[in-house]
Amino acid sequence: MALSRSAYDEARAALGTVLDPELDEPITDLGFVRSLDVRADGSVEAHLRLPTSFCAPNFAYLMASDAKDVLVALPWTERVVVELDDHHDSDLINAGLAADAGYRGTFGHEAEKDLDELRTTFRRKAHTAAMERCLTALLRAQPDREVASLGEATLGDLPPGEHTEALLRRRRSIGLSDHAEALVMVDHDGHGYPPDEVPMRLRRARSTRISIDGNAHFCRGLLRTRYPESGADQSLRAGDPTNISLSTLKEKVS
Amino acid sequence: MYSKDGESYFIVDAHIALWDARPENQRNIHGKQFIDCFYDYHRNLSPESEVWSYEDYLYQGGERLMKDVFEDGYVDHAIFQPANLHEFYNNGFGQTEEASALAKAHPDKLTYNHNFDPRNGEQGLEQLRADAERFGLKGLKLYTAEWNGDSRGWKLTDPWAYRYFEACRELGITNIHVHKGPTIRPLDRDAFDVADIDHVASDFTDLNFIVEHVGLPRLEDFCWIATQEPNVHGGLAVAMPFIHTRPRYFAQIIGELLYWIGEDRIQFSSDYAIWTPRWLVERFVDFQIPEDLTEYAPLTTVQRKKILGLNAAKMYGLDVPAELRLPDADETQTGPRQPEQADLATV
Repeated sequence: MALSRSAYDEARAALGTVLDPELDEPITDLGFVRSLDVRADGSVEAHLRLPTSFCAPNFAYLMASDAKDVLVALPWTERVVVELDDHHDSDLINAGLAADAGYRGTFGHEAEKDLDELRTTFRRKAHTAAMERCLTALLRAQPDREVASLGEATLGDLPPGEHTEALLRRRRSIGLSDHAEALVMVDHDGHGYPPDEVPMRLRRARSTRISIDGNAHFCRGLLRTRYPESGADQSLRAGDPTNISLSTLKEKVS
Repeated sequence: MYSKDGESYFIVDAHIALWDARPENQRNIHGKQFIDCFYDYHRNLSPESEVWSYEDYLYQGGERLMKDVFEDGYVDHAIFQPANLHEFYNNGFGQTEEASALAKAHPDKLTYNHNFDPRNGEQGLEQLRADAERFGLKGLKLYTAEWNGDSRGWKLTDPWAYRYFEACRELGITNIHVHKGPTIRPLDRDAFDVADIDHVASDFTDLNFIVEHVGLPRLEDFCWIATQEPNVHGGLAVAMPFIHTRPRYFAQIIGELLYWIGEDRIQFSSDYAIWTPRWLVERFVDFQIPEDLTEYAPLTTVQRKKILGLNAAKMYGLDVPAELRLPDADETQTGPRQPEQADLATV
């Protein structure tokens, strides 16, 4: 007998907090959750699928182990099984997850320390992209504004909305201040830039945003090619900037 | 050669393969997974009219390659960039004998690049010397996510890799094509990270490093290191077909590349047989950056000509008809190319 709808929803919502670290989007929105089976005795089984057999194993492991962690953390779950399907390292990763072997226990000699640095690298990239979305929107909304002056913009200057919310979340995730008087345009240690560096730093941030958005779009498409039924499970990032022309963006903000 | 609207383009396809992924050559499940991954790339990014059957995709052979690339594909010269993948395929993925024989039979049309694996130590170094002589190597294709025994990746900065680059220098192998993949040792770090290219490019300034897929999925890291290193180039393998599925994204990729590394260091490729050159060449000649992407200057005919062939022709010393040659842009060697385009003040 299946458990109440609410238990399933809770498990699904928990999986929705697991992000693809590289794409900075929930695995549920990306269509990576292939199946979720929640039973009355509190046992849960989730299967994950990825766009290719050769998606990087370290990211694959992070998503699968994060998925298991959030399901185990639900107060009512008993036996939790998470498996990664159709991946070149499926056997290795699934055995590691079943045994709660951890990263080093799973990958043995290929694992040196942990995946913290990898995670941090991509949280920083996610922050950079979120920052660029806000700054570009600000520039679109204030056409007379000098680009160099963006270096002085504070969080309080940003209009309320999804881009600003996303930026604040990313800032918290890498330990940056979310106070209204904090500068928007900062490096991952919270340092601002002199005015003459601002235009190029913005361009560099833009290349990061283009890269992440482009990868996310490609991965979604490949997943649909590999698993045609996965399209129904995919939803786009709210106001997905890859699909917004700059003029639309301007309208949205103003 | 491709001509349209009174302009002629010398075409160099800087990244092609002659592979054999048929079941009898698959060593294990990974051989199937690998070609299936390629086939999904092909199906996902090709126009419907260009999609091949799975059976056609497994193996093409030399005759079909010559037709697809040269007869139908407008290409004047193409360069083999073979992936070894001996852990996945009995006789390797790239067919060394067949491809090198084809290049020998058509020296005006084909260049054969080979590969090395620094984990093969002294023996591999001997092999590289022998290969350089046998194939007359000008370039190499390096795949850092190649599996080899219990290792599933290496870095260009590994001490043995440096020994190989020193040998390249000595042997006159100047064009090092680098392709990053999903595995690396240790797995703690990002396998696609291109930071090691920064180091070797600084230490071997007399070698060219062509980063395939323009660093995708790490375009931003590629742009940042390539803008600082004048001997780092971008290969458009895999990036090209986005011209069909995602022209805006393609415009952003080209716009970023022109901004960070300029028009003289970008090379066209179809990545045959993942895609075929004909439709990519036609689309690229017709391509323009959308007007509302005001942070990028419009793409010029000169830039298209350089990207489609003149840049690779120069690197490989190919004979380009005099009337099709173009001078280098009068641009900075390092740093952003279009500083006036650095802002969005014109929006």
